[in-house]
Amino acid sequence: MAPAAPKSGDAIFASVDRVNAELFTLTYGAIVRQLLTDLEEVDEVNKQLDQMGYNIGVRLVDEFLAKSNVSRCVDFRETAEVIAKVGFKMFLGVTASVTNWDTEGTTCSLIMEDNPLVDFVELPDTCQGLHYCNILSGVVRGALEMVSMKTEVTWLRDMLKGDDVFELQVKLLKQIPEEYPYKDDE
Amino acid sequence: MIGVGKIKQYTNVLDRPLSKGKQEVSLSAFAFLFSELVQYNQTQVDNIAELERRLEDAGYAVGARVLELLCHREKGNRRETRLLGILSFIHSTVWKVLFGKVADSLEKGTEHEDEYMISEKELLVNRFISIPKDMGAFNCGAFVAGIVKGVLDNAGFPAVVTAHFVPVDGQQRPRTTILIKFAEECYSLNARLALRLPDIHVLDQLKREPEQRKTSKNAKTSNDFTGWVLVRNNVTPLSCST
Repeated sequence: MAPAAPKSGDAIFASVDRVNAELFTLTYGAIVRQLLTDLEEVDEVNKQLDQMGYNIGVRLVDEFLAKSNVSRCVDFRETAEVIAKVGFKMFLGVTASVTNWDTEGTTCSLIMEDNPLVDFVELPDTCQGLHYCNILSGVVRGALEMVSMKTEVTWLRDMLKGDDVFELQVKLLKQIPEEYPYKDDE
Repeated sequence: MIGVGKIKQYTNVLDRPLSKGKQEVSLSAFAFLFSELVQYNQTQVDNIAELERRLEDAGYAVGARVLELLCHREKGNRRETRLLGILSFIHSTVWKVLFGKVADSLEKGTEHEDEYMISEKELLVNRFISIPKDMGAFNCGAFVAGIVKGVLDNAGFPAVVTAHFVPVDGQQRPRTTILIKFAEECYSLNARLALRLPDIHVLDQLKREPEQRKTSKNAKTSNDFTGWVLVRNNVTPLSCST
């Protein structure tokens, strides 16, 4: 039986259970505040947020693949499009756009104009080095690593620092072939 | 030129227009985030009481902000001065905004005048969480208890708020109860004069009419909640007229 056709991001978002974005925003703010109080160093907080995002990403990709029925992506371009249009929409309720492809097709930018994580947020002067949404970069990195793509994800533009959009740069480092933990003949 | 039609960028976050609060994210995104919060805090503490306290602190921050947001948006900047007023605000408005539905019930204790209880069959935050046996009575609802505490403290009604599991017959998962114990200050003479107490006449009436009492079926739990009077549920609100 042919698998079901992939659903659009809007259709999936309409079919999952949803919660108020403000609860989500305020909870995330509480997490960042706790991290800042415990770790105090902005770089440590960035790293911890990335790690938390990575943990989320490795589990999130299972749910994403299960609910969205996307077929295997042929190349990195398609992967980035799927993340921006389906993935972001399905979990955060906002779509991103993909731009700034480099010549080899291994680096692109995900542009977000609307980000539920940063409602009501203002960065104080003491925390200017903080990537407030670093959890997102961890999520993308973790999710892609589970589908055998090793990537490097960095923030290029940040609305909290005065830019007009959020720009997340995703760079494909290498494709890791699937490794099986056991040999067939043992 | 690209960007001509874009939304004006406000330099100060306070100048931005306030959203209507209708935006949503998926439940799984929130569940993942909450699980990371709990997991991170587990690495920072040695015992369950500390873990609950940290979750409560996180919730406290959320509650403080929710109160400000909702007072401005939903109630037109009117401040609650009555105890029952703030409790019903939490039970309906806050719950509705945060969790999409009003809380299942709001009850008042008859043994202690200063204790109230908000019950929920399944707290949203607990939906995807299972507690291992060696963690005993730990309840992630401590986060929600923190939210309630944040709202109450910042509204001027200091209280001790905790979350408990109450097993229910015929239901596999226990229901969760947020127990609110108000501090002495809410009952001071000044507070009475400022009409913060629910009407004493009503309290006497409640004590004198035992047939109105609904005793909890779960008398065998360690927290003995027998003798709770149903103050408000979704079906029959108790009127507080003199």
